This record gives sequence, structure tokens and C-alpha cells, in this order.
Amino acid sequence: MVEPKKAGMERRQFLSLAAKGGGIAALGVLGGKIFIERLAGVPEDARVTASGGPRAWVMVIDLDRCDGCGVCTAACRTEHNVPDGQEWIKVYKVSDPDGTSYFLPRPCMHCENAPCVAVCPVGATYVRTDGLVLVDHNRCIGCRYCMAACPYNARSFNWDGPAELTPEEQVIYSPEYPVVHRRGTVEKCVFCAHRADKGELPACVQACPMKAIFFGDAREDAVANGREVWRLSQVLKERGGFRFKEELGTKPRVFYLPPEGS
Amino acid sequence: MDPRQEEETNALLAPVERWSPRFLVFVGLLAAVVAWGAYAYNVQLQQGLVVTGMRDTVSWGLYISNFVFFIGISHVGALMSAILRLTKAEWRRPVTRMAEAITVCSLFVGASMPIIDLGRPDRLLNVLVYGRVQSAILWDFLSISTYLVGSLLFFYLFLIPDLAILRERLTSIGRFRRWLYRKLSIGWTGAPDQRRRLERSIGILTILILPIAISVHTVVSWIFAMTLRVGWNSTIFGPYFVAGALFSGVASVLMAMALFTHFYKLDRWIKPVHFRNLAYLLLLLDIVYIYFTLNEYLTVSYKSEGAEASLLGSLYGGSFAGLFWTIQIAGLIVPAFLLAFRRTRTTLGIVVAATLVNATMWLKRYLIVVSTLATPQMPTGWGSYWPTWVEWSITAAAFAGFVLLFALVSRLVPIVSIWETQEAREPLKGTAKEIPAGEVST
Repeated sequence: MVEPKKAGMERRQFLSLAAKGGGIAALGVLGGKIFIERLAGVPEDARVTASGGPRAWVMVIDLDRCDGCGVCTAACRTEHNVPDGQEWIKVYKVSDPDGTSYFLPRPCMHCENAPCVAVCPVGATYVRTDGLVLVDHNRCIGCRYCMAACPYNARSFNWDGPAELTPEEQVIYSPEYPVVHRRGTVEKCVFCAHRADKGELPACVQACPMKAIFFGDAREDAVANGREVWRLSQVLKERGGFRFKEELGTKPRVFYLPPEGS
Repeated sequence: MDPRQEEETNALLAPVERWSPRFLVFVGLLAAVVAWGAYAYNVQLQQGLVVTGMRDTVSWGLYISNFVFFIGISHVGALMSAILRLTKAEWRRPVTRMAEAITVCSLFVGASMPIIDLGRPDRLLNVLVYGRVQSAILWDFLSISTYLVGSLLFFYLFLIPDLAILRERLTSIGRFRRWLYRKLSIGWTGAPDQRRRLERSIGILTILILPIAISVHTVVSWIFAMTLRVGWNSTIFGPYFVAGALFSGVASVLMAMALFTHFYKLDRWIKPVHFRNLAYLLLLLDIVYIYFTLNEYLTVSYKSEGAEASLLGSLYGGSFAGLFWTIQIAGLIVPAFLLAFRRTRTTLGIVVAATLVNATMWLKRYLIVVSTLATPQMPTGWGSYWPTWVEWSITAAAFAGFVLLFALVSRLVPIVSIWETQEAREPLKGTAKEIPAGEVST
């Protein structure tokens, strides 16, 4: 549902809307409680929109700004204690046939129609209501089918390392916050789910010296890089925003703004 | 029983009755290779998959290639026993037991391969606990386990009358085997109502096993075809894989026939006509496989869409060209010529063709798995993969384990079905065209 609203409604959307409608009715009491909490000045939950609906997190990467410095990759490494040899946000240098070149940072695309989620035999990789694709390392069996299925090479495997977490590490660990790693499981960018849940920007967005990476909620039609706030629909339209390998139908949640002059 | 039947029965029972010292040495050698593979696997369990040559880009390798190969040759049991039985090909009788044994042994070895490939084999049961029917791996899990049960049942049903013979005849063997034959022959006496029930069960299973067998290699192919990868993203992968499975399966039976005829002196049952008939079948499957190969590569080459073109370039003239052309020439063209001409269609020529087919079909599976994963999906260079000693050791152990299982089966039960070959000699009820197995002149 990241895409601009189309006229008419797909069946899936209708079903999901109907389900949500039912849910809202059933949870009327709960809704009332949340409303009262809001009035009482209880801090807002960043996981829901102002109206209480789920988020739809998206990323926008301005290729015109990216200079390929790799600070995003390093910040991500620090944030998640990323194992050696893995780059959860990897910066590729792309050379066009006409001789020009640009840099292409690739986080996980958190596809709406995610091939990795479809092929996982045990449901270890799953989609949250807000669109984040996460991996439960307590369940992953390490078959690596998700890696074979991902068209963006966004996934890495822990080929070595300790097989089990210590009890202390197990307390720290959650699929939203994979800072401790174990052998035989698949890892990837999680859009800094632990930060998003607190209403903070991902580590790569904050660290980018060129302010090239934006993060936000498609439902609120806004993305921010810590300095600027952009209207998502407007900037995508004006700058000719695109998604990588759109033709595959994976519906990524990462949008790119093409480098100027290309 | 007439004296001739008596003598034949004794000849077929001989390898089961007495395990020669040479056989025990052979078993010892194979067991040593399997033990070495187990050691290598233990190293992998201790240190993780880092001991293999697989990495994030080429994340599947030898294990998955072996998986496809062994599951492939397992199809021959269903083909020989079910299809040849349904089409009333009488000559099948002395070779069906071998085909069924290949099925059972290769299924065990093949099914173990993806488990060895797992990063967390300790969590294997998650597939049952959290299994998602949307995943092609679950389809594989279901269809391979169904096929394994079905093939074991199939193998066993055809074995019952022979188990009764073993129970009656073999008195000088150990107590364990005597107990085994007594239990497994479930009181078979050959009474008419027992025969009728056996025939009915076999009849039902013959029909059931065919769709199961076809489903197995179809869903194995779907593991690949359900992805958006170049080279895998194909609509004909199902039938292409089934054809390849039967192709290498028939080649395996031919190799087994040659070895058993030589070592167990079976030339009274397995005659040049059996090699020749299976050679025709192999030739037919070769042509079918060439047809599918042409379909797959010509349609994609003609269009040469971006990423597809780079994979094709590496297959036709790049880093995978050696493998690709070896498979096409040594695995498809040369066997076709060997099998097509009468002068080369000798038993030796047929066995050479079968060996070439099997060797190159293994290479083909390797090529399918590795070349696609190595093809860049992102603006980077090609992925690289070279298997390590751990992967080669486990692969060697897989082949040794397969031969070991097969050899043990051939020493526990007669590798040529006694009752089925003798049944053929009973007064013929069918058409005059039916050729009793033992009577074929050569």
C-alpha cells in the first residue's frame, strides 16, 4: 500500500480493510482506552499513526546526493554489531554505458510482495503490520532459500560464529534488534525497527553526511532525513522516483531519486 | 518344483546365503569412505558452514546438486516397476528389483543432503512445527517423504514371496536374519487368496506411485523455478527435471545391471536383450532431454533479455562453457550416437553411454545450481564457488553410502526377483508377443 492510491480496490486490500473494520469495531473498547490515555498525556506510541492506524515505513534514497562514502554502512555496523563480511546497507558503484557513474546504496528493500517471506519454510522471516520484513533467529533453520530468492542480494548468512547466545544475549535479542548473532541463521537490514518503534530515524539515515537517505511513513506521506521533511508523493513525482527492479513486482519500500543529469 | 527352477532359485539365493570375504572387504572400504564423510560432517557441525566453499553470493553448492541428482535417479523404480508393469513389458521382470532398490537407496541418500546443507540441523523439526505450505521446501518435504514411504512399500510388496523363499530355504544363516525373514514374510505361503491380495495391493500401488514420483521431481524443480532468478525462472522446469530424473535413473539401472551381471553371474537372467531394451529407453529419454534443453535455451537465447544474456554468455563461451559443452556433447550427443547405431549398441557401448549420462547429469545439476547463483543480480562481478574438502568428502560419502546400501540390499534379498521371473515361465495367459524373461534368445 505504499503506492499512490489507485481507483478501485484490489480484493486483498478490500479483505484487509474489511478485517481491519471488524477489528476496529471489536476493539472499540480498547480504542476508547487509548483515546483516554492520549488525553491524559500518555506519550504517543510511534508504532501507530496519529489516528491509531499502523505505519507503512518507507525509505527514500537520493542518488544525486550520495557520494559513496560508506558512512551509512559503518553506522549500521556499529548500531547492529554487524558480523564481519556482511553489509546490511551496501553501497554499489554503478557505471552507466554512457560513461557516467553513480552510487547505489542498497538496504533491505522490505518488499511488500517479499519473495523471501514467501519461500521461508518455517515462517522465520515475516512481515510486520507496518511493512518491516524481519527474521526470527530463534526459528531460522538456515536453509538459505530466502537468500536464493532475494533479487537484491540483501541477505547474509552467518557462516561462522557462536552457535548459541548466552542467556544475557538472549535477553537483548529480538528480531527487531538483532545485535547479537548466531551461526547458521540469515541476517539482513531491519530498517532499524527498534528505532522506528521509538519514533527515531534509522542509524544510516542519521549518519549520512550528505543527508541522502530519508525515512518515513507512506500513510502520512512524509519522509525525513533529520534536517528536511519531504512530501513523499510530491518528491517521487517531481524527481522521477523509482524502485529497483520494479518489473519484478516485489513492490519494494525503498524508493530512489535518480542522479541529476542522468 | 522342477529341477531347473530349483537350480535357478539356488543360484539366485547364493549371494544372499554366503557373504564372500571379497564382499566384506568391499563393504569395509565403502564404510570407511562413509566414516570419513561423517568425520567431515562433524567438522562442519563444530565450525559451521564456513568450512564449505559456499558464501553469501553462491549460497548453495554441492549438497543441493547431490540432492537433485539422487532424488533424480530414485525415479527409476517407479518407471521400471510401474510403467513397464502397466504396459505389460514382460522383459522387465529380472531388472525391476534392482530399479526399486536404487529408488529406496537413493531416496535415503538424497533426502539427507538438504539436511546436511542446513545451517541449523538441530532445528530440523521446525519444518514440522512451523511448516508453511506456501514454501516449496515444504512441498518437497511432503512429496519426498510420501514417495519414500510409497517406494518402501512398493519394494516390500514385491519382496514378500521371495522373503518366504528365504525363510524356507536359508537355514545356515545367523539367527537375526532368520528372525528377520520370518517376521517380514508375514506368513506368506503362496495360497491363492494371498496371491490375489498381493496382486491387488501391487495393482493399487502401481497406479498411486506414478503421480507421486512425478510430483517429487516436479517440486524439486519448483524450488528453483519459484524464484525470480535467471536460469531458474522457467516454466518448463517441472517436466525438464522429470525427464532428466528418468534419464539418469535408467542410466543407473544399466550401470547396476552391468555390475551385478559381472559380479553375481546373473547372465542367465540379465541378457543382452535387457541392455538393448533399456538402451532404447535411454535413447528415447536422451532425445526427450535434448528436446527440452533446446526449448529451454533456444527460447531464452533468441530474446537474450539483459540478465539472461549474461548467464547465457557465461554458459556458451564464458566461465561455465567447459561444463556446459561437456554436458551437451558427452552427456547427450555422444550417448545418442552410441545408442542409435547397431554397431555401438553392444552391451559395452550401452554401459559406456549410461556412465557418460550419469556423470554428466550430475554435472548438469551442479551447473543449474551454481551458474544461476553466480550470475550477478546487483552491479557487482560474478560470484565464485569452489567446494572444499569437507564438501567433496561428504559427496564421496554420499556416493559410497548409496553403493553400500545397494550392496547390502543385494546380500539380504535376491537382487533378481525369484517369484517374478518364475511367474513369467508359468503358462502364458497373455498375447503371443509376451516374451518370458528367461527364454529370450540373444
